[in-house]
Amino acid sequence: MKSALLRYSPLLLLALLWEGSARLGLVSALALPPLTEVARSWATLFREGDLWSNAAASLYRGGVGLLLAVVFGGTLGILMAWWRPVDALLSPLVEVFYPLPKSALIPITALWLGFGDGSKILLIFLGCMLPVTLGAFNGARGTDQVLVWSARSMGASRLRTLWDVVLPSALPELLNGTRTALALAFVLLVSSELIVARSGLGYLIGFLGAGGTYDAMFAVVLTVAFLGFVADRIYQRIVDRVLQWRE
Amino acid sequence: MAGVGVSAAAKRLGHWGWRVVPWLSITAFLLLWEVFARSGLVTPFMLPALSVVMERIASDAMSGDLVQNLSLTLYRSLAGFLIAAMAGVALGIGMVRNRVLRWFFDPIISIGFPMPKIAFLPIVGLWLGYYDASKISMIVFDAIFPVVTATIAGAQAVERELVWSARNMGASERRILWEIVFPAALPQILTGLQVALPIALIVCIVAEMTMGGIGLGGAMLTASRFADSPGVFAGIVEIAVAGLALVKGMSVLRRRLLLWHQEALAPATM
Repeated sequence: MKSALLRYSPLLLLALLWEGSARLGLVSALALPPLTEVARSWATLFREGDLWSNAAASLYRGGVGLLLAVVFGGTLGILMAWWRPVDALLSPLVEVFYPLPKSALIPITALWLGFGDGSKILLIFLGCMLPVTLGAFNGARGTDQVLVWSARSMGASRLRTLWDVVLPSALPELLNGTRTALALAFVLLVSSELIVARSGLGYLIGFLGAGGTYDAMFAVVLTVAFLGFVADRIYQRIVDRVLQWRE
Repeated sequence: MAGVGVSAAAKRLGHWGWRVVPWLSITAFLLLWEVFARSGLVTPFMLPALSVVMERIASDAMSGDLVQNLSLTLYRSLAGFLIAAMAGVALGIGMVRNRVLRWFFDPIISIGFPMPKIAFLPIVGLWLGYYDASKISMIVFDAIFPVVTATIAGAQAVERELVWSARNMGASERRILWEIVFPAALPQILTGLQVALPIALIVCIVAEMTMGGIGLGGAMLTASRFADSPGVFAGIVEIAVAGLALVKGMSVLRRRLLLWHQEALAPATM
């Protein structure tokens, strides 16, 4: 407890500095509303339900997009590692599209599916797929050939081998790729909602900022940052659980 | 398991064949785009033909818009990236060597790293206005985290014996830093930079889209507002090529800088 307090004391210090400099008028209250004001607006947004409805919209988009990306991306990566023609056909395309700054897809998905949920889901799916694919590919390619041969010689079908041998050995790298995808999903979600949306936490940030209610805007920004942090920590807990069989 | 089902003749062609395939699949993709767009299954608004998009890029290049937008976007991304790289390496090494710095920045880095920092964009805009300063600051804020964590990991993994023997032979702390710690940490630092570079580009495009103005991101958003779909697709092709060139350039730089290192012997991968 005490060591945790010492460890996180710099954050406390920053919070105090924030409150102090805003209260003492060292910076304009418009540019940096005091932390207590931000907390009060957060409570208001929370009570009036704006925070809930927009967070629900964002989490729905992010969750569905990410799920699709993991399922398709993971399958694709394992197929590429397992079957050479697929690899030969697709890895040049993966290599070309991997470095594409994913945010450039925002106007295109908006062009295709409009300003609603569909365009965000498609954006997150397209943007998050390749890190998962690459992780699954590297993981599956690193499968111990001896394990594959023994499974085959013991009479496992190719499909069975894929499921029981290749997938588990690809799992650590696949899950690592998914962690990158999770972070990317938050970035894409918030930026697309900032740019083209009518609901969602990113939209709420832009809306409050445009209206000049900066204390509320700060509250939502901090909420998004906190959600991203918590999602990453929870994800890591789950991964540790799932990979317990290693070692 | 590769090559199971491949006939003997194909095997003879094999080595040569596998080299051509990448170009084949990229060509096939581009052809498919052109054919699909012209097939009438989608409207030209949803997917303009590749030839139309290329024409648009050519006319942008002629009018000088392409050069102006591209150079501004690259300037912002690279300026942000370089500041993040230098500050990140300095902070990382500082945190390894100085306990106070470590105490102060450690929780900030570990909490800040997984946060979607892009959410702070409107705040940065509020503070610094809508010009280059805010865009570049946002890029630095986002790209610095992987550099710091990679530098710390690299500098901490330096073999103690190397540092001790150098100190024994009378090397000053400064020389130890430059001639031992920094080179030994370089592979990991470069990995951090390779993570930071695409982040810099992503953030730059988003910042240009939200704040508007000149630059590839801004131009794409303007095109999308005016329902000018060839303009949007021209933008994405331009951005894709720029991103690919930067990422490839970075991995070439890595191979150059690490010629002395074990990894240069390993076969190159993606």
